[in-house]
Amino acid sequence: MDLSFSPEDEAFRREVREFIANNYPERLKGKNRREFSEREDFLAWQKVLYKKGWVAPLWPKEYGGTGWSITQRYIFNEECARAETPQLLAFGLSMVGPVIYTFGNEAQKKRFLPGILSAEDWWCQGYSEPGSGSDLASLKTRAVRDGDHYIVNGQKTWTTLAQYADWIFCLVRTDPNVKQQEGISFLLIDMKTPGITVKPIILMDGAHEVNEVFFDNVRVPAENLIGEENKGWTYAKFLLVNERSGIAGVARSKKQIERLKEIATSETVDGTPLIGTDEFSRKIAELEIDLTALEFTELRTLAQEAKGKHAGPESSILKIKGTEVQQRITELTLEAVGYYAFPYARAFGDNEFPPGPDYAVGQSGTYFNMRKTSIYGGSNEIQRNIIAKAVLGL
Amino acid sequence: MDFSYSEEQTLLRNSVAKFLADHYDFESYKKISRSEAGWSRSVWKQFAELGLMAAPLPEEYGGLGGGAVETMIIMEEFGRALVVEPFTSTVVVGGGFLRHGGSAAQKEQWLAKIAEGSSVMAFAFAEPEGRYNFADLTTTAKRNGSGYTLKGQKAVVLNAPHADVLIVSARTAGGRRDAKGVSVFLVDRNAKGVSTRDYPTIDGQRASEISFDNVELPADALLGTIDEGLGLIERVTDEAIAAHTAEAAGAMKVLLDTTVEYTKTRKQFGVPIGKFQVLQHRMVDMFIQAEQTTSMALMVTLKLDESENERKKAASAAKVQLGKGGRFVGQQAVQLHGGMGMTDELNVGHYFKRLALLDTLYGNVDHHLKRYAALGD
Repeated sequence: MDLSFSPEDEAFRREVREFIANNYPERLKGKNRREFSEREDFLAWQKVLYKKGWVAPLWPKEYGGTGWSITQRYIFNEECARAETPQLLAFGLSMVGPVIYTFGNEAQKKRFLPGILSAEDWWCQGYSEPGSGSDLASLKTRAVRDGDHYIVNGQKTWTTLAQYADWIFCLVRTDPNVKQQEGISFLLIDMKTPGITVKPIILMDGAHEVNEVFFDNVRVPAENLIGEENKGWTYAKFLLVNERSGIAGVARSKKQIERLKEIATSETVDGTPLIGTDEFSRKIAELEIDLTALEFTELRTLAQEAKGKHAGPESSILKIKGTEVQQRITELTLEAVGYYAFPYARAFGDNEFPPGPDYAVGQSGTYFNMRKTSIYGGSNEIQRNIIAKAVLGL
Repeated sequence: MDFSYSEEQTLLRNSVAKFLADHYDFESYKKISRSEAGWSRSVWKQFAELGLMAAPLPEEYGGLGGGAVETMIIMEEFGRALVVEPFTSTVVVGGGFLRHGGSAAQKEQWLAKIAEGSSVMAFAFAEPEGRYNFADLTTTAKRNGSGYTLKGQKAVVLNAPHADVLIVSARTAGGRRDAKGVSVFLVDRNAKGVSTRDYPTIDGQRASEISFDNVELPADALLGTIDEGLGLIERVTDEAIAAHTAEAAGAMKVLLDTTVEYTKTRKQFGVPIGKFQVLQHRMVDMFIQAEQTTSMALMVTLKLDESENERKKAASAAKVQLGKGGRFVGQQAVQLHGGMGMTDELNVGHYFKRLALLDTLYGNVDHHLKRYAALGD
């Protein structure tokens, strides 16, 4: 039981740090993911990591994982956060990929896993529907078997970055006459199939991040069904639990608190730095302490996993606390920048300088945008229901 | 990084848990804490026989060579059982002062006694007006030949009625709140000029108000370097904070389990009240606080030997979590038990009171938030 890093771990840290310094794409430097405007921006870093073999640390080695220890994963995350590399898109690597290698057949693994790793295929997630948010199992999008195809009709919504996607993994209803959870199937659908329409939804920060996706008699080959028909709910739940590992975002939050402290050092109140005021320093201290507790809760969870115990419902705590910390950081950053939170960053062109200090640009947008985190991936209230039921037995 | 317990550590946890399950249930706690002595010498002796006092102490002085992880394991189990015996003040604080500040002769003299259970110590640091500042001292120790003369008043000294040795902070130089000029002394509780007023605390422990009326101390009563005791006190109390964080985590888990069980059986409006979502989410928040406190106990335990700044930040962070988490879990456990939660009969109030005491001990949430913020990166 100790926290120290071995000489091998330190060597690994140097290797990662050097690799990032030498290979991080020039075009992405100084940009955060919310500022990406082109499809290629989202993929560039993943492609670099793919070539190095570092793109999927959480995958089993046989499918392209790295075989790293918890400590190495911890170091890798820290170094990526330190260099402020963008988070890789989760839909392929963290969501559908693990579903395919866990429940898919050999042909599906062969066909889909390489494209997920290499970023050749962009995946999006077809779970939520206009009438099915937290009550996901009530979904209505219908898939009817017709020979060796399914005919899909219905609508998905809140589909993140569907405007760029090549594929969508969908929960569809294949049997309407049984208990809700027992009539759902997990289907992979090519976004180029006739009958699919994508319509943007603009969020309150002005971003086009999510979409509505409509299916009008879309013909999907039956070979794109994952596992068994009507067993999709099992796979869907696996995906949600699996998604929660890594969702805490500890390393990135640490880096953002560093940024917040820099801002609070530049900003002044009555001539002294904001960070030196009792009120603000207390808020930052509470935030850091919360993050420290989260970090060790995550490490305890990972240590259990390393002993072969699969991530259980306890990992909901990582989603709840992780998103609370992330939101709090953006909230305090908004407070820190004061009046220069007001200018609407998106109103300024690429060659214009918005008013105020650089560090203030876009912070209000980030604050507004990050409210999504306690809603998506199973709202934090749903996570509490999961703990109540599955951990406390209530 | 390695988060696995050794075989010995797992055995230690199992043996403490088993002993407490067999000999220290809630009724025993009540009986012991309400006895005239306020603790059980027989339990204390059995702790020693199990090797609990020796577990975190160095081998060359009669210990078993463990450290803070062993303390954490023991304290979490003690927290679950509301143990009132003076383990922290003797082994963690007394043992800590000797390990970090003791001369070879002092270690030789005292550590083996602690390990075998034949010495009990109490730490007399607080004063009626000093609050959480260890340097705010009106108690003085003046040079007197080769020794010292101790004079002053100490407040709310936990476990002092059971102790044979008091560890006393006193000013040896400088002004009232100066960091320099604080020294630490080992004082025989039965020495001439020591008078105590003993009383029970809210959570079933015992404490004393102590007067030192020109108590003559020999030269070898000094622990550590003269005038430089503040750093020593901070180091030892940071280690005590780690131990108490584990204790609090244990207490919180009992409150959570008790509350969950109660809400499964208590029926209102025809259903168990645990079916109400508003209560379910409250209990999940209790669960989160208990887990975060467990994580903090581990964090601070593993950081005690890092740089001074890191250690202090870790201890203050843990103490903030202990304070906030303990308050939340304690208050909600009472709330969810309704009127029954208010009674002396149920264990809930007893854990709530222990957590309230731990919240304040060595500085409350406000104090440690301020300390944490002032430490910087």
